[in-house]
Amino acid sequence: MKYFHLIWSALFRRKARTIFTLISIVAAFLLFGLLNSVRVAFTSGSNSLAGNERLVVASRFSIMTGLPESLKSRIAAIPGVQRVGHENWFGGVYQEPKNFVFSFAVDEDYLGTNPDILLTPQQREAFAQTQDGALIGEALAARYHWKVGQKIPLQSQIFPRKNGDKTWPFTIVGIYQTAKDAPNGIDQMFFLHWKYFDEANLYSQHEVGWYVVKLADAKKADKVAHAIDALSANSDHETKTQTANAFNASFAKQVGNIGLIVEAIMAAVFFTLILLTGNTMAQAVRERIPELAVLKTIGFSNRSVLALVLAESILLLLLGGVIGVAIASALAPGLAKGSGGMIQLPPIGASSWIEGIVLMVVIGILVGALPALRGMRLKIVDALAGR
Amino acid sequence: MKKFLSGLGLFSILVAWLIVWTLLPWFVILGLAILLALWLVIGRSGRRALSVTRVGLSTLAERLGSTAVIVIGIAGVVGVLVALLAMGEGLSATLQQTGSDDTAIVLRGGSGAESNSVLTRDDIDVIEQAPGIARDTQGKPVASAELVVVANVPRKSDPATDANVEIRGVGDEAWQVWPKVTIVAGRKFKPGLRELDVGQAAQRQFVGLDLGKQLKLAGQEWTIVGVFASGDSHESELWGDSKSVASAYRRGSSAESVTGRLASPQAFDRFKASLTSDPRIKVDVSTTRDYFNKQSEGLSKVIRVVGITIGVIMAIGAIFGALNTMYAAVATRAREIATLRAIGFRGLPVVVSVLLETMLLALLGGVIGAAIVWLVFNGYTASTLGGNFSQVVFQFRVTPALLWNGIKWALAIGFIGGLFPAMRAARLPVTAALREL
Repeated sequence: MKYFHLIWSALFRRKARTIFTLISIVAAFLLFGLLNSVRVAFTSGSNSLAGNERLVVASRFSIMTGLPESLKSRIAAIPGVQRVGHENWFGGVYQEPKNFVFSFAVDEDYLGTNPDILLTPQQREAFAQTQDGALIGEALAARYHWKVGQKIPLQSQIFPRKNGDKTWPFTIVGIYQTAKDAPNGIDQMFFLHWKYFDEANLYSQHEVGWYVVKLADAKKADKVAHAIDALSANSDHETKTQTANAFNASFAKQVGNIGLIVEAIMAAVFFTLILLTGNTMAQAVRERIPELAVLKTIGFSNRSVLALVLAESILLLLLGGVIGVAIASALAPGLAKGSGGMIQLPPIGASSWIEGIVLMVVIGILVGALPALRGMRLKIVDALAGR
Repeated sequence: MKKFLSGLGLFSILVAWLIVWTLLPWFVILGLAILLALWLVIGRSGRRALSVTRVGLSTLAERLGSTAVIVIGIAGVVGVLVALLAMGEGLSATLQQTGSDDTAIVLRGGSGAESNSVLTRDDIDVIEQAPGIARDTQGKPVASAELVVVANVPRKSDPATDANVEIRGVGDEAWQVWPKVTIVAGRKFKPGLRELDVGQAAQRQFVGLDLGKQLKLAGQEWTIVGVFASGDSHESELWGDSKSVASAYRRGSSAESVTGRLASPQAFDRFKASLTSDPRIKVDVSTTRDYFNKQSEGLSKVIRVVGITIGVIMAIGAIFGALNTMYAAVATRAREIATLRAIGFRGLPVVVSVLLETMLLALLGGVIGAAIVWLVFNGYTASTLGGNFSQVVFQFRVTPALLWNGIKWALAIGFIGGLFPAMRAARLPVTAALREL
């Protein structure tokens, strides 16, 4: 630490060059910050604890095929099942098609299966009491400035009511909060009563979209899943049971191999960055050879010269990288808002920061290694003589 | 203060030039390039600029590392940008080719996509009999009531997870409504049987869709009897008889959409007017071209915005990399440039030579980036979720327009990265630079 001042002044010996290099590093890590959370969300992100404790039971044939309501009591009877709820996709939009609302018709038990949705007893009670009641997430409420007690007309893109009208009136009875580490998007949802939906819609078939099962023990997930699928084997409504994590991951994969695309972009960005900063560091050390020789003359060991140069390049990367990721975290919410919800960027979490900092240090060592070795191997006499 | 003002002036000229640059068509740029070449060869100061540039270029080999920063940095920007845009281009081309002006699609009012729509048998009859629909030799309307369902079929690249594959139940007239769809292997499915024809793209992308194979749909075994090609989004689908599909998925006699061949493109207005004024039904009518254009709009817009955002951020990085390199190059050649100035060279040839050097390196980078993307990604097959909540298979299209766009970006980066160091070179105080030994 006592050499910090030395490293700092070496870094800013040529202000323009260092600042230009810093801006390039900032740009690279800005991209890293924006893209890495997307990559995590599409690849390994769905490994939450809550998602392993829950099973999703959907039709084996396709996600758009419904399941009979009668399955519920049979699933509930399976040992290891704590609670069963079900959901239907409602496909709601508010006022115009671009204002898409993630809306689901759920039964009373569903809310108990999702630990990410935090409800007060009063909210539960109000929802149970109101036939056309709706529970909405905080972010959704903020987006349209909806308040408790307000009447909201929501159009379903799929389901008309019995009178053929596709506009459904709802009364907002509660704005729920979400658990601290809930997945992105949970705070954007709109829940309505399945019973109301089932009775009032034109194609009422007593069908549910999919079941959600809360397990008593996450370790028994496989066994319970097999038992649930066995209930309907060889019937006309065979089911496929997965953990909520696996279910979400298969959804994400349908959009495309986003993880691979993002990784390819990041590889291109960092390859360029290594070359660029490597060049800067090489220049910086080349210019300073006589100075390094002086350092050695006054008693700095080879090792400490190596460490000084390495520290300088790591500091350069850390400085630019931290600024870049910080800009990304400031920018991400704005981007999502600016695109009208078209682009949803997950917030930049601790894991992105840790990965980013590891990357900064690794790249810093990589680009600093050659110049540092050069500094270490300097022969004082030659260097001072300018040979 | 003076320095600041001139910097500001330079910057605003730069911004204005960039705006003009993005709007310029290729022939204007070609013309500018020819003018520049003529000036370099014929003009007095042009020849001087050329000779100074030559000297600069001849020293490139000595600073290979820092030169590579410009070339590879710009190749990276152009590569990523062109690859992302080629993805959007491929997706929208695949969807847009499906539509045409002489077929019309009818959906339930306000549904937006087929999977949201439901038409009853009565609706279908009204639509098929509407004026404007072409009739075949037996006087039957050339219209196909179609049913869209999705089935879970794993992808070849990831057999562990299911993907949504679109199954389209079509009427007898479908082959006339969609003439691009032609059987390339096997035969057409027979009405009333559980038989399927698979699109070529779907066959390549998903597991177990080979001729003669059985596929389990809604718990029943279906046989694949044919493979069709169409070059559009239908190729991602599996086609079967609408009645068989409806009975398997318990859909009764309803359908999701009716697509009809129009007697002529002009007949569309008549067809639409008669359906929208009919009190018995409430439907949306559009030409299939409009319908599929709308389907492609949202996704390709997202890809475009994302591609350009990433491109701009990477370009900022590359610009500063180029600035660094060129400032260093000017600094090492300071004495040489000062000597030129001292023996009577004006500022202009010096500015031009530094700019030209940067832009040549940028051009090289742009060409390398574009070439790599073209070699690797042109025709690369991918799939994503389309409007019917099912997979649309498409190919990346690295079009000449996109390649040209990439080159333009490269030249713009080179211009910005070279301009400031070039100005520095021209303004070098001759005496000070000469004294610096």
